Amino acid sequence: MNHQRRDALKAGGGLGIFGMLVAAGLVKPGSALARDQKVFDAKSIDEALAALGAGKPDVSDAITIVAPDIAENGAVVPVGVNASLDNVESISIMVEKNPYMVAANFHLSAGTVADVQTRIKMGQTSDVYAVVKADGKYYMAKKEIKVTLGGCGG
Amino acid sequence: MAGPMRIRAAAADGITEVRVLMSHPMETGQRKDGSGNVIPAHYITELVAKHNDKEVLKVEMGPSVSTNPYLSFKFKGGASGDTIEVSWKDNKGESRTDSVQIR
Repeated sequence: MNHQRRDALKAGGGLGIFGMLVAAGLVKPGSALARDQKVFDAKSIDEALAALGAGKPDVSDAITIVAPDIAENGAVVPVGVNASLDNVESISIMVEKNPYMVAANFHLSAGTVADVQTRIKMGQTSDVYAVVKADGKYYMAKKEIKVTLGGCGG
Repeated sequence: MAGPMRIRAAAADGITEVRVLMSHPMETGQRKDGSGNVIPAHYITELVAKHNDKEVLKVEMGPSVSTNPYLSFKFKGGASGDTIEVSWKDNKGESRTDSVQIR
């Protein structure tokens, strides 16, 4: 077997076909799930939803946003999302009044529980949206978080 | 350069919970320094978490995530001694990988 193929197979052996393609230089790692900058550049919730391909998601009470009603410090607002829907594929957290509206997109592998937490910056009192994709369909929930001391800087 | 991530992973009742605290300025690019110059945007764009080499979570982040990002998530399975590896990349091309064993 030629040397390069052997190395490529060795490198890709643990990763399957995708890994082999990466090792062969045909596919850049991470390109299959490349970050969609359009989502992060969105200037309105509707634009972010459109960039995600979410259209007009149904509001679902199976999604809970776990966050304080009033944030003591807008620089560090703990936000958790949990969804009791089946087959959750992704969870997006968006802050309507932030200059950078989409805070984070979580892509869950099979077996990963739809219960995530992070901390976000909020510039001012705003609605925070959780957009969940489950079984190919989008759902959302929102919660207003009041901010007394804005956290976006300046 | 960024300091190490603090990762805690514990398995109980068939679920592993992972908590990560990253060290990163997460600059939005909107702040100015003392002389009035804009501090350039510098933030983690993507994070990948793996359990024994299998991806369990991928997170795309923007500058709205707080400085020194905190993340917590859970997945089914995992046993004491398994490896949890977390890697991030930022908008300047810097990256970092840290790993721990599940307790």
